Amino acid sequence: MCGIVGLHLRDPALYPRLGELLTGMLCEMSERGADSAGVAVYGDPVWSPPGHATVTVIGAVPDLPDVTVISLGETHVVHAPVPVDALVAAIRAQLPDALIAGFGEELTVLKGVGHPRELAATFGLAKAQGWQGVGHTRMATESAVTPEGAHPYAVGPDQCLVHNGSFANHATIRRHLTARGVVFDSENDTEVGARYVASALADGRDIESALKSLCAEFDGFYTLLVSNRDSFAVVRDAIACKPAVIAETDAWVAMASEYRALVGLPGIEQARIYEPEPERIYAWTR
Amino acid sequence: MDSMTIVMDKGVNRTLHRLDAGSVTITEPNGKHSVAVGLNAPLQVSIEGHCGYYAAGMNQLADVVINGNAGVGVAENMMSGSVRVNGNASQSAGATAHGGLLVITGDAAARCGISMKGVDIVVGGSIGHMSAFMAQAGRLVVRGDAGEALGDSIYEARLYVRGKVASLGADCIAKDMRDEHHAELRSLLAKAGYDDDPADYTRYGSARQLYHFHAGNEY
Repeated sequence: MCGIVGLHLRDPALYPRLGELLTGMLCEMSERGADSAGVAVYGDPVWSPPGHATVTVIGAVPDLPDVTVISLGETHVVHAPVPVDALVAAIRAQLPDALIAGFGEELTVLKGVGHPRELAATFGLAKAQGWQGVGHTRMATESAVTPEGAHPYAVGPDQCLVHNGSFANHATIRRHLTARGVVFDSENDTEVGARYVASALADGRDIESALKSLCAEFDGFYTLLVSNRDSFAVVRDAIACKPAVIAETDAWVAMASEYRALVGLPGIEQARIYEPEPERIYAWTR
Repeated sequence: MDSMTIVMDKGVNRTLHRLDAGSVTITEPNGKHSVAVGLNAPLQVSIEGHCGYYAAGMNQLADVVINGNAGVGVAENMMSGSVRVNGNASQSAGATAHGGLLVITGDAAARCGISMKGVDIVVGGSIGHMSAFMAQAGRLVVRGDAGEALGDSIYEARLYVRGKVASLGADCIAKDMRDEHHAELRSLLAKAGYDDDPADYTRYGSARQLYHFHAGNEY
């Protein structure tokens, strides 16, 4: 099954409440997936301070020189005032076997195995701030229940993808990407989608064009929420049996698998609420 | 009991199932699933807000009004009575329903009336793709447009659409509107509170070509 939530804030007055709102949304979707969960937060001043690169590492992290490490259970947020590429390279050199769950200038990814409510508490998610957040509750179908199998998949700088559904031809597309030199962290089908989008963006394409190609090449069932340093996009497959609801006000755009996850948002009573149509790309920019 | 108001919680359906008659208002549904399912008495139920999945499912005898949007499978498997959604409905509205009247004043998403077995459905707006898939009996009226593959593999249900149909599914064809169809459509629209001119509608139904194997299909 799986649950997806996302919140793109338009009103800066709400930035201090991002974590609180995202926590409520995520926990309401616990029944759609209780084996793992994850979130992506854009612009938190503690996890991703301005001028710093942030990398999330899952697993043990020894003392690293010249960086700040914030440990949230098994998930460690590492930031330093260096370029993103440099921090990723330094961590890969020091910890060649570690899982890097996300990296960027504004993005912090936190994910793991366990109940969404317990993970949110471990992460201290309710206190987070920022301008955009994404969450996922997982009910595993296509790969094992491991931190590597948890969403979000954040495989490009400041990029993040969450998925409800299952890709049918992911092994074929994985082979194509591998032949192009793309390296995978897991056996998960969603990671193939995330690497595909990251690869298109790295080629200079925009998110709408990347998602149109994804619709053409990927078989299977999907509702996807794809975020980037300046954007927030939703797309569903042609059959559209995986649910999705979008709500918009002047203060925010929100997306969730089910309406009940949106009930706690301020001004929901006045929101424009609709279901995204199949294979239509809905995108908002900052 | 004449009327009562209850705030949505886990005991709502148990409370409703004990009533033989009367009217009930349910507040703060907040997108919860299975609100007012399995009713089997002539109750008047009003739900003030948006509902989750299967609202008013398996309804018999009761008249349920949802003042808000409905999630997946509203009025699924309804047997009798009525369900009115003053808002939009998600996919599979009225799925497999045998009887009664389902009115959706806004749009209904994909698979509206899938496998309908005798229910009447009137949609004020448009419907999504694969609506009336394998529809067996009943009538579906759409005041707006229909998405792709309308009436795929349809049996004997009658579909009336005022707007555009993106495409017809296998074995679904446009048919003439005879006098009895004008009368039937006018009556259905009136029950739902609309007075459109039936002449603006097109009737669709089964070409009945999937009922039997074609002689040309043998090897």
